[in-house]
Amino acid sequence: MKTEYKRVAYYPGCALEGTGHAYNQSTREVGKVLGLELDEVKNWNCCGAMEVKNVDPKVQTYLSSRVMSIAANEMGAKVVMAPCNGCYHNLKKAEYDLSHDETSRQVVDRISQQAGHETYQAGQVETIHALDWIKQGVGEDELKRRVKNSLQGLKIANYYGCMYTRPRHIFPEKDQGGGSESTSKPHFMDDLLAAAGAENVDFPLKTACCGGAHVLSDSDTSTKLVLNILQAAELAGADVIATECPTCHSGLEMHQVRAEKVLGKKTHVKMMYFTQLLGVALGVSPRKLSVHENASDPLELLKSRGFA
Amino acid sequence: MPIHEKNLIRPENLKTHENLTIDGVNVSGHWSTFIAPRVITDYNEKIEAEISALPGGEHINRCWQCGSCTNSCTVNAVNPDFNPRYWIYLIRMGMESELLRDKDIIWQCVSCNKCTYACPRDVFPEGVMKATAHWLELQGHTPKSKSTIFDEEFTEQVVATGKIEEGRIIRNFFTKTRQPLFQEWLIEMAMRVARHMPVRLGFLMGLSTVIRPRTRGWSKARDAITDYVNEQEVKQRQALGLRENEGKTGRQHEN
Repeated sequence: MKTEYKRVAYYPGCALEGTGHAYNQSTREVGKVLGLELDEVKNWNCCGAMEVKNVDPKVQTYLSSRVMSIAANEMGAKVVMAPCNGCYHNLKKAEYDLSHDETSRQVVDRISQQAGHETYQAGQVETIHALDWIKQGVGEDELKRRVKNSLQGLKIANYYGCMYTRPRHIFPEKDQGGGSESTSKPHFMDDLLAAAGAENVDFPLKTACCGGAHVLSDSDTSTKLVLNILQAAELAGADVIATECPTCHSGLEMHQVRAEKVLGKKTHVKMMYFTQLLGVALGVSPRKLSVHENASDPLELLKSRGFA
Repeated sequence: MPIHEKNLIRPENLKTHENLTIDGVNVSGHWSTFIAPRVITDYNEKIEAEISALPGGEHINRCWQCGSCTNSCTVNAVNPDFNPRYWIYLIRMGMESELLRDKDIIWQCVSCNKCTYACPRDVFPEGVMKATAHWLELQGHTPKSKSTIFDEEFTEQVVATGKIEEGRIIRNFFTKTRQPLFQEWLIEMAMRVARHMPVRLGFLMGLSTVIRPRTRGWSKARDAITDYVNEQEVKQRQALGLRENEGKTGRQHEN
């Protein structure tokens, strides 16, 4: 267990203040129950998501570096935790660029100085995902002890998406053996939900793409990609797709509706953030976990199976 | 799944004559089909250097055509004409007219980075796709794609305030791309979300459309980023040999 994960700087990001509100809420609730503390990064800014890099990648590196600079220099934090895959990915990418590319360092230094804050230096903080936070800050054994409402009988397809594992060079801590996370077959979410009592189905599309980058600008492609994921999960026998990214989550929910309305393909699988599922297992009420905000409406399913 | 058939000879290059005699031999009909000679005369040797000068395209010269990118590509599985390996080949050979045949689909790359993961030469094909789409727009071969309009709307908001407000981006994007906001599936989605939305959250989301979320003390960062972006734009336009207003993307930052 990593004791430094007990109290981390928390970077929710823009999505968790909008469409991913339920993810924010459930992450905070689960942290409370498990005794993990969160200090929100003061006066944070957007990391650049998947869009700013297409205008200029170095601007994205700067945006992400500012968040880490505040965490390190103004809050004295050693660890920044981002539950959103986009934020997590971008902070990792900025860390990689700043430790490998001189031009990136110069651009970030120049903009940081003009903006009037300290330049972030590579290595000042460690960026982790909410999965690392719970898996390595608490662990499965402790989690098992705290489960009050086992998810036994609930079949789950774990969906990690693109940005959590790709490209691998920005995640030097992954693929290191000894139970570390894998970039080809990620398992942290599977491990946590198994500890909560759920049955993980054999799901081949864990790291497939949902088309999140073009969720609105190329909806037809996104709908096809999402439908593929939903149908594969149903074929594998899943009741719920567990998600760990607000873009994937809302993409799956939106295009589930669009596939039904535009292509006439109806799917019944529900989408839930993994923190919502863990929260249910830990005995937190679904309302506190904002389960009612999920558009795919998993509340009925939870009630009918006796989990809520 | 059917195997994608690609005809090496394009239909428009197949010539059949109804009534033709050459040197006293009748060559009419299907059994005497001709193939139009294929001579490439329009090499544009500058393409590779120009795409290398745009963000993402820097490492295109490393490619050794193994095809791992196309093999792993998410979009290729949906549309077999989406072929990053082939486009990298065309760019490096300077075969502009061949590349332009696919100009309207290159922007559809979803940035899943499977290609970058698979590439043994660190070409970063995802970046090359973005650079190529950008090049097509700057050179005036294609209008701005919906993806570019979305990216620019998003970036404008981040640069202006430090944060984004999703509803505002969606509304502005639909207006700029002249799409109706009231489509059946969007209404259904909005209704499903609103059905259980707590009053407080609905109120806060409504409020954020009036009072935009912003990072405090952002103005200096905004100016610094705007200066940098404008400088880069000038450099890129020079590298592409464009004049003052040619292919101008017209990025302007609101205050």
